[in-house]
Parts: sequence; C-alpha cells; structure tokens
Amino acid sequence: MREIRYIGGINEAIREEMERDDRVVLIGEDVGRPGGSFGASRGLLDQFGADRVIDTPISEAGFMGMAAGAAACGLRPIVEIMFMDFMTVCMDGIVNQIAKMRYMFGSQYSMPIVIRTPAGGGLNAGPQHSQCLEAWFAHIPGLKVVMPSSPPDAKGLLKSAIRDDNPVIVVENKALHALGGEIPEEEHVIPIGQAEIKKPGNDVTVVATSRMVHESLKAARQLADENIDLEVIDLRSISPWDKAAIFDSVTRTHHLVVAHEAVKNFGIGAEIAATVAEEIMDELDAPIARVGAPFVPVPFSLEQAYLPNAQDIVAAVKTTLERNF
Amino acid sequence: MTKPSKKKMVGFYTLMLKIRKVEEKLMEVFANGEIPGFIHVCIGQEATPVAVCSHLTDEDYMANTHRGHGHALAKGIDMNLFMAELFGRRNGPCRGRSGSMHLADASLGILGANGIVGGGIPIATGAALAAKYFKNNRVTVCFFGEGATDEGTFHESLNLASVMDLPIVFVCENNQWAEFTPQSVHMKIQRVSERAAAYDIPGVSVPNDFNTIHKAAEKAIQRAREGAGPTLLEVQSTRWHGHFVGDAQKYRPTEDIDAAMQSDCIADFEALLLEQKYLNSRSIKKIQEQVLQEVDSAVEFARESPRPETSELMEDLWA
Repeated sequence: MREIRYIGGINEAIREEMERDDRVVLIGEDVGRPGGSFGASRGLLDQFGADRVIDTPISEAGFMGMAAGAAACGLRPIVEIMFMDFMTVCMDGIVNQIAKMRYMFGSQYSMPIVIRTPAGGGLNAGPQHSQCLEAWFAHIPGLKVVMPSSPPDAKGLLKSAIRDDNPVIVVENKALHALGGEIPEEEHVIPIGQAEIKKPGNDVTVVATSRMVHESLKAARQLADENIDLEVIDLRSISPWDKAAIFDSVTRTHHLVVAHEAVKNFGIGAEIAATVAEEIMDELDAPIARVGAPFVPVPFSLEQAYLPNAQDIVAAVKTTLERNF
Repeated sequence: MTKPSKKKMVGFYTLMLKIRKVEEKLMEVFANGEIPGFIHVCIGQEATPVAVCSHLTDEDYMANTHRGHGHALAKGIDMNLFMAELFGRRNGPCRGRSGSMHLADASLGILGANGIVGGGIPIATGAALAAKYFKNNRVTVCFFGEGATDEGTFHESLNLASVMDLPIVFVCENNQWAEFTPQSVHMKIQRVSERAAAYDIPGVSVPNDFNTIHKAAEKAIQRAREGAGPTLLEVQSTRWHGHFVGDAQKYRPTEDIDAAMQSDCIADFEALLLEQKYLNSRSIKKIQEQVLQEVDSAVEFARESPRPETSELMEDLWA
C-alpha cells in the first residue's frame, strides 16, 4: 500500500489509462500547461503532448459536443468541466446528444466519454461554484453517474469510467481533493455500480455519497457512545446504484437514513427512499429519513450553516429510531 | 478546379431531382398520416447537399439538421432504408428510433441529423478532431441554417476548429427563415459568411446555383483535406415551404413565398444541361420516370417493412 491524495488518484487514473489506450484524450479548460484548475492533469501535457491533452477555449458547449463527435469517430475523450456548476452551459451536449446518440441511432455509435467535474461546497466559492447536481444527470437515461468519496475510489472509479463504452459522469468533491488515503500498489479498478460498506453495523443503515460518507462515519463514532450502531454504506455509484447492497443492509437494520450534500428536494435520496418503500416496505421498522442541504442556493457567507454535516445525520438517525412503527 | 464529366453532371441532376421527388412524396404520405411526428423539407435547396457531398467519400463525415433528407440522400444513403427509417421501421439504419429528425447512418459517416438547432455543429467539429488525430485524411462537412449561426455552439465550434486547424467545412444553408422569422429580424448582416472573419477562417457566400456551390465546396473541402483548416461556406437560397410540413406560413408574406418559388435550383441546372446538350426532353422524361419509380418503390419497401417490437423498447441504451 502507499499513500495518495484524492486529486492524485484522479491524475494517476488519467495517466495510466492514457498510457494503456492511445484513443484516450483529455479535453478541457487549462488542462494543458497549467495542469488543470485543481491539478488533475499535472504533467500530462509533457507526457502525452498537445494532441492528447487538448486545452480548449472557454467553450463548454462547444467542446462537450466536440467530445460527442470525437467519440462517435473513435476517440475516448475525458472532458473536464472545471466546476459542476458549469455543466449547465453544456447541457445540450450531455443530455440531448451524448446521452441519446447510442439509443436514437440504434447502436450505430457508442459514446465512450468521461465527464469529470468537481462539485460541492466547503471552499466558500458561493452559489455558482459549489453545487451538487448529480441528480440531474442520474435522471437522464443513457448516463452513468459516480461519486467517489476516497482517494482509492477516485482512482478506481475513474479508471472504470474511462474503460466504459458508455458516458460516465464522475462527480468529484473538491473539498475532498486534498484528502489522503492508502491505495494498493497494483492495478486498482473499482467497478461501477457497487456500493461499499464503510462500517458494518446493526441498528440503522446510513446510505451516503461523497463527502457525506465522512460525515456519516463521524456520526457513527459519536452515536457509538450512545450504543447506536450505524452501518455506513458509501453508495459510490449513483446511476446505476447498488440496490442489492442497500436492500441487504436495510433487511438487517430495518432503519434507513440517506445522506447527500445536494439539496434534499428531488435529490437521489428521494429515489433510494422511494425504491425501498416500494419494494421492501415491510422490512422497515420506522420511516426513512433523508439528510440533504436546505432548499436555497449555496451561500457565500453562511456556507457552514448550509452544508449538511454529521450532526444532521445524528439527528436523522435519532428521529428514525424514535419513530418506530 | 475539375470540370465534371457529362455522366457526373447528369448524375447530379438526377440526385437533385430524387431529393425533390422524395420530399414531395414525403409530404403526401405525411399528410395522409403514414408518418407521424414532424418532417421538414428542403425543397428549393437541393443544389447544396448534392454539390457539397459530390466531393466527399463514403468515409468522410457529415452532420446535418432537422431539414436533413437532402443531405442524407446526397451522402449516399440507401433510399429504401432511408424511407424505412422515416416510417419508423426496424430495418431503418437507426432501427426506427430516429425518424426524420435524427437520421444517422454510420456506414456512410452520417453523424446524425439533429433536433436541436446548432446541436450538430460541435459534433461535426469533434469528428474533425478525431480525423485529424487518426490522420485518416477524412473531411467533415457540417450543414446548418442561418438560424443556427445565432447559437453559441456555432461560434464556439468555429473558434475551436480554427484554433485547432481542423479538417472541416461549415456549410450554412441560408434559406432566409429561422423557423417563423426572417433573417433581418435576427441579425444585422446579410452575409452570414462575414462571421468567419471573427475566427480568421475563410468565409464565402454563393448563390443557390449548382455549379457555383460545387466549385466553392471543392475549394473548401480541398483546403480541409490538405490540413489548412476550416471554411465557412454560405449558400444563399430560399425556402419554398413552411418550417415543417403542414406549416400554413401565416407569418410570411405571400410575395415572399412566390419569390422563393421563382428561384428553382433544379430548373436552373436542368436548363444549363439542356443548353450544354447533356440532356434533352426525352432523357429528362426518362430520368423523371426512373426517379418516380424509385421513390414509389422505396415507399412500398417502407410500408412493407416490419415495425419494431415492444420488446425492443429498452434495447440500444447501453453498450
């Protein structure tokens, strides 16, 4: 094992996959000489040259559509969208083109495209640089969405995404970019669609994504003092999501809390809660609780009040336990 | 510049006529309810797709628009399969999933018509990026209307293609109407090609005349193939019919429609070929009969083709 940072895992995944397959190219703003706004492509221009590390003008709509055409014609583009908020200016390329080109053309074209994008608050970046918009993309047939929470997952999921012949959106959490963690020396690939039990437990299942996995583990430590035993599951893949793992856990704990940083309203927590309620309602001993951000934009000055944290998870766990049927 | 042979010239004429007759037939079968949804015809604009695509190989790429029947036929799509797709049949190249507005044929480098105005321009740019990367000598042609040149994707794509010297020709078919609104309401310039100056690429405007378009396209495609970068080629044409089939055009002065129909690129080309003795009234009649027969038989082929099964609904989403 060796220690890497989350952003380093991203960098290693891109580098290794570009070494492995010369159809893989990187497209984005400042990905060349500057090495990316968060350092994800550091050193790649020197290693692979400007034909493969394509530093674009500030034209997200243009280069997102360009990635679609390039993928249709044999390349495997990794597109960096500097902040997830900027996905809004290239939604046509993602939603109307990339997500649909395989289906609407009857499998004549494939879209092996990765869209990497840092999301989330914690840097006081304000309303237009802090959003978590994963639910938008999970709602679109034809797109896969993953959200790694740790350095090894960042690397392993990105490698899977690059090898996937379908479009995959890799939502990083920029507050986690500096996080360190251990990674095996050998090839490290995490399959898309598999959740991971981060901490086994008996009393309440907490399904969390990205940064909220860490908050859930904090909540688990705190609640252990009160003899409440949380099972913390890192969802890792948003679409497709690991229904079997969640159902298995709920079948053991009979209590479910879903936690994400995105606003609670219409979030992925709603999808998971609804699916559990639809399919295994009789396993639940109490109502499901959801943790998410309040239904306002991410504020500059009140960010800590806005961001959901371990205390919100503790409160949700207690609420669900108090509301046993 | 090469001068096409008599055989080729007659072939271009036949193809233009084919596009016109296909679309006249489509209007008929659409009106009687055999094709659902929307269709958009390019009647009056047939010279552009034929003149431009005559310089392309099957390996070259082409992206186009909702008004895309002419481009697909000019790029060489099989008329039977084309018709089957428009009828929503499972043996169409897109298995009946695309219909008229999103028709693609990968075997001919047809990247897809696009239901989003300006949506195909960056896609074409990406095809050109791939061609440059793989050094396979392929050129990409991207068709769009003047309305699409008001989209951000047009400007972003031309700039991207310019800074990367991509092998692509952007062909603006300026039919003077962006859906229900004339060009003058949406832009102060008359020649869309002037927009090329902002990206330091050649911008050329030509009238809706086959030979002129053919020559201009040859130059632009040659430039792209030689690695010298993109060109914006504008053809100033007219739209005979409404935005979509069934559009009553209440927004459009009758004089404008009459004037549009006075300009007929096929009749002009026919007159030229008669003058050059490449055609005579007998050969024209024969070509017309052959074309009509081919169109009728394509429609019959489509009618007899199988519809997709409900069990196919969930297929093709994932690789």
